[in-house]
Amino acid sequence: MSANINKPRTYWQSVRSRLRRDPVTLTCAGIIIGIVLLSIFAPLIAPANPYDANMMKRLAPIGSPGYPLGADELGRDMLSRLIYGGRISLIMGLVPVFIALIIGASCGLVAGYVGGRTNMLIMRTMDIFYAFPSIMLAIAISGAIGAGIENGLLSLTLVFIPPITRVSETITVQIKSLDFIDAARASGASNSRIILSHIIVNALGPIFIYCTSLVSVSIIIASGLSFLGLGVSPPEADWGLMLSTLRQSIYVNPWVCALPGVMIFTTSLCFNLMSDGLRSAMDMKM
Amino acid sequence: MAKIDKSFVKVRNLKKYFQTGTQIPFLKKPPAVKAVENVSFDVFKGETLGVVGESGCGKSTVARLLIQLIKPDAGEIIIDGLAVEKRGGISTRDLRHRMQMVFQDSYATLNPRMPIEESIAFGPISNGKKPSEAMLESKHFMDQVGLDPNIYLHRYPHELSGGQRQRVNIARALAMGPEVIILDEAVSALDKSVEAQVLNLLTDLKSDLKLTYIFISHDLNVVKYISDKVMVMYLGEVVEYGTVEDVYNSPKHPYTEALLASQPSMDPSRKLKTVPITGDPPNPINPPSGCKFHTRCPKVTDLCRTVNPKLQSTDNVDHLTACHLASNVTEVDVLNAQKGLNS
Repeated sequence: MSANINKPRTYWQSVRSRLRRDPVTLTCAGIIIGIVLLSIFAPLIAPANPYDANMMKRLAPIGSPGYPLGADELGRDMLSRLIYGGRISLIMGLVPVFIALIIGASCGLVAGYVGGRTNMLIMRTMDIFYAFPSIMLAIAISGAIGAGIENGLLSLTLVFIPPITRVSETITVQIKSLDFIDAARASGASNSRIILSHIIVNALGPIFIYCTSLVSVSIIIASGLSFLGLGVSPPEADWGLMLSTLRQSIYVNPWVCALPGVMIFTTSLCFNLMSDGLRSAMDMKM
Repeated sequence: MAKIDKSFVKVRNLKKYFQTGTQIPFLKKPPAVKAVENVSFDVFKGETLGVVGESGCGKSTVARLLIQLIKPDAGEIIIDGLAVEKRGGISTRDLRHRMQMVFQDSYATLNPRMPIEESIAFGPISNGKKPSEAMLESKHFMDQVGLDPNIYLHRYPHELSGGQRQRVNIARALAMGPEVIILDEAVSALDKSVEAQVLNLLTDLKSDLKLTYIFISHDLNVVKYISDKVMVMYLGEVVEYGTVEDVYNSPKHPYTEALLASQPSMDPSRKLKTVPITGDPPNPINPPSGCKFHTRCPKVTDLCRTVNPKLQSTDNVDHLTACHLASNVTEVDVLNAQKGLNS
């Protein structure tokens, strides 16, 4: 203790030092960064054009010459398609959660801080959405407004607003009841200043972590939508859609057909484990 | 302008009921917790008023009412001749420059994500001071409460000990430049040696900055040490008020007697003179009739069961108590009153 008494660590420094001792979180973060980089630089990295079909190579097994991860039912290079597929899957995972975070967190903060009738109005509206299972809601919205990436994003965003609102409302109510809010009010601070400098700072961490765990759900639901033909339409490369079209060939070449599933599984698992690790690293009560 | 009234903080007939649950139309109104009822007292400038009483007697509610964290149902608070939230008086915003509060839980009252420098500067900044200026001043306030700014300025609350955190809380109160500080169990959670240090700090600050304290505690020894006047509360009401010497040496209310008697002593030869009161205080949702203490009072009379005694002076004008037996009323009067009630 006395050795570093003159060098106080800031909050983020202590978070970083705790993360450094957590190999699982670091590995997961590494994998996610890897997938993100692959998706961004897909045109440079992919060995072949993901839309080039070759009827002679249909369902080529893993390790075929020129097709390191085999080929799909139309003879397109699986490796290239998987790399390109990450682009849409990541967008479908991150964008709806991010938009829902902005809308949901603001709704939750207002509902939690103001309380009373406002809280009742916002939270009961959210409860209506809760009556449907999230995947059903996404299917219903997508089905109503039609297939396509934009509509998929919209329906996923709507699906994620209620849970994020609920989580941020709970956290806000919790923080609001703490003594330091009373102390801030006693020093004459306005409500908006209290929300900005006391509530958001303390609420955003937990809300953010909850959102990272939603990214994996979002990727899975998006894949499900594509699988049902409500998300991305062929020939676009998307992990969910690839899984859907390859499933008829599962008896012919199970290893190749499982690959998109493996990618969905890995990505969502990594997001989940990373959010777990972040939560314990960002926990103030040590 | 000559001031005849010396009292700096003057509280008259303060009342606060808390509603339990929400009212549903057409149903009976849910019962209210009578947290504070008819509380009146005066604090003179430069004095310390100690407030004692059991848990749940409304001490903290009085504190929160004084600083307007909760609004009173009735009654008035007058500071330096200005009524709070009244026409021609003082606004809540201005009140907070004159009155500040230090809470019991030193950890919960500091934002865990805020370096203490910012916590101290937060009040002045939210009242329009330039952030750079307020940050600079927070160093000065840390010095004043005995924390080395070079070491602790950028620390987070969890890196400090309980005593240090409470010093930060005091510094934060001082940063608003108050004349009155309410200390709500401010030293109760600290261990004894640290408690003594913080108490000494408070005494020094009081004389240096000419502060007035309202010191809420359940520790009678601490209250005796720091206070000039004492107010004893029971179930939301003031039962006794007077100087420390008067109240501790010749308590007039049976509750005060019992409180003082129940105090453990370092002297083994000093045995408890009276039997300490037993049982819990009655439910404040449905307080007893008459004198609220009559259910536990060893000297209870019929009069106590029906008529709630008023706070009035005893043989000493400045020593007030709310007890039928201790006021100027003689025993004959009590007997007569009883006869009148019985007939």
